Amino acid sequence: MRKLLNTLYVTSPNTYLSLDGENIVILKDQVEISRIPLHNLEGIVAFGYTGASPALMGACAKRNIALSFMKPSGKFLARVVGEVRGNVTLRKAQYRLSDNTEESNIISRNFILGKIYNTRWVIERATRDYAMRLDVDKLKKVSKVLANSLKLVEQSENLEQLRGYEGEAASQYFSVFDDLILQQKEFFYFRYRNKRPPLDNVNAMLSFVYTLLAHDFAAALETVGLDPYVGFLHRDRPGRISLALDMMEELRSVYADRFVISLINKKEVNSDGFTQKENGAVTMDDDTRKTILKAWQSKKQETITHPFLQEKVEWGLVPYAQAMLLARFIRGDLDGYPTFMWK
Amino acid sequence: MMEYKEEDFILLSGIQHFSFCRRQWALIHIEQQWQENLRTIEGQILHERTHDNTVREKRGDLIVSRGMAIFSRSLGITGACDVVELHKASDGVSIFGRDGNYKPVPIEYKRGKPKEDESDILQLCAQAMCLEEMLLCEIPEAFLFYGETKRRLKVTLEDELRQRVQTIVKEIHELYDKRYTPKVKPSKRCKACSLAEICMPKLCKNPSAVNYIKKNLLEVEE
Ligand code: SF4
Repeated sequence: MRKLLNTLYVTSPNTYLSLDGENIVILKDQVEISRIPLHNLEGIVAFGYTGASPALMGACAKRNIALSFMKPSGKFLARVVGEVRGNVTLRKAQYRLSDNTEESNIISRNFILGKIYNTRWVIERATRDYAMRLDVDKLKKVSKVLANSLKLVEQSENLEQLRGYEGEAASQYFSVFDDLILQQKEFFYFRYRNKRPPLDNVNAMLSFVYTLLAHDFAAALETVGLDPYVGFLHRDRPGRISLALDMMEELRSVYADRFVISLINKKEVNSDGFTQKENGAVTMDDDTRKTILKAWQSKKQETITHPFLQEKVEWGLVPYAQAMLLARFIRGDLDGYPTFMWK
Repeated sequence: MMEYKEEDFILLSGIQHFSFCRRQWALIHIEQQWQENLRTIEGQILHERTHDNTVREKRGDLIVSRGMAIFSRSLGITGACDVVELHKASDGVSIFGRDGNYKPVPIEYKRGKPKEDESDILQLCAQAMCLEEMLLCEIPEAFLFYGETKRRLKVTLEDELRQRVQTIVKEIHELYDKRYTPKVKPSKRCKACSLAEICMPKLCKNPSAVNYIKKNLLEVEE
């Protein structure tokens, strides 16, 4: 597996990113505050209304460093995309599959099988780890429903049906999501998923972390030569990285959600870091965002054994591994897309 | 003689990839996947040095030309020579802007040491065949220079070698026309292959994603 490089998260507002030789230089009020060699970087994510020089954008595109701009809230604004990488043949095959709803259904089934499988694992795992603190019967019941969802999904005949099963499974999972939060419950609770805007602390964190994961998937797909905008389950919509969203499904619970829950349970975040506006919208403060980004970086470095490749990889490389496997499947080297099924 | 159109020219450097492993060639030249690792970067540095100076040096009866762009219409290939030495000789060919006649001798620089396979030799021979076509001359021999051993190795360009170049170039054109990436055939080479991470030769041992998913789902007890 390839080497995991760093992602640079630029959080201080009103900084300007520029290029000097082989380095990215971060300027604030025209004074250099930091300088980092590009060759160590896999991606740059800038929060706040930062500026960047075209020279830097070009250098990133050339070196295949994903450069994204987000609002301070974590909402995605724009990405820099260089010359299309990889081969037209692979992309055309991807487009043909995407146009074919039957084929799209077969691929998407695997995304969703992975998603539900992992969701169920998260619940099962919680019942084992915290049997004394949880309503195990309640969770086991949901797990059973999810096991049944897997059967339905396996046989779903079209995308619409598949989306239906997926929706039911998701609401089952989210119905017990709050149970998994075991600390600071008066400030961190979960009623239902909301995002525009997030209406509680947990949703604010989930949205933020999902954006990070989407960035990583989009970058990984581009690296292997696939088009992150053309999906199978998520249909094309201008400006939406549909394929990245498709592929994210299987990692949401096991990677992003568990990450958020552990930040809360380990008290690495606290209620002071969140403010609620009059309309209910919740925003995180800079420090909380920084804490999350730092923890996310170290989470990426944890090694796991990839369930299909049976090879040690860092969590941070899983999006890349999955993108690669999808490309292999589209090219005909594999008989199916091996979704990430965590154990 | 059959001639290729310029737009159908393939890269001469692909000959060594192709003779090393067809799949590697396809990953680089069809799929444009290129994983830079230390080795390829070292190679680039060496190449940059030799291509550094596109001006010709002259030393007595010798002109050294670096980074010369070359092509052959009959083979349908294009590329560059690291170094072409032009030796003054009465039975050579005339060179534009120079007095007298010269015999061209291509020299290809490689990092490392001589390989067991003949990919370097094939590439060198193809370079010579391009030069012969461009300069209307005959080139009986050429040299490989290896960075590790710092030795020049003489290569005699026999008919049989030229034929092998022709065959391999023809195969490359055919594969390119089909835009087909051959399946993995894992071998000892995979260990030394700079594209192994992209190729994932392991995948041929564990190929069934369908079984993997089935097996995992069977383990889900109700
Ligand atoms: S890893 Fe092996 S099969 Fe794959 S391109 Fe390299 S040499 Fe060829």
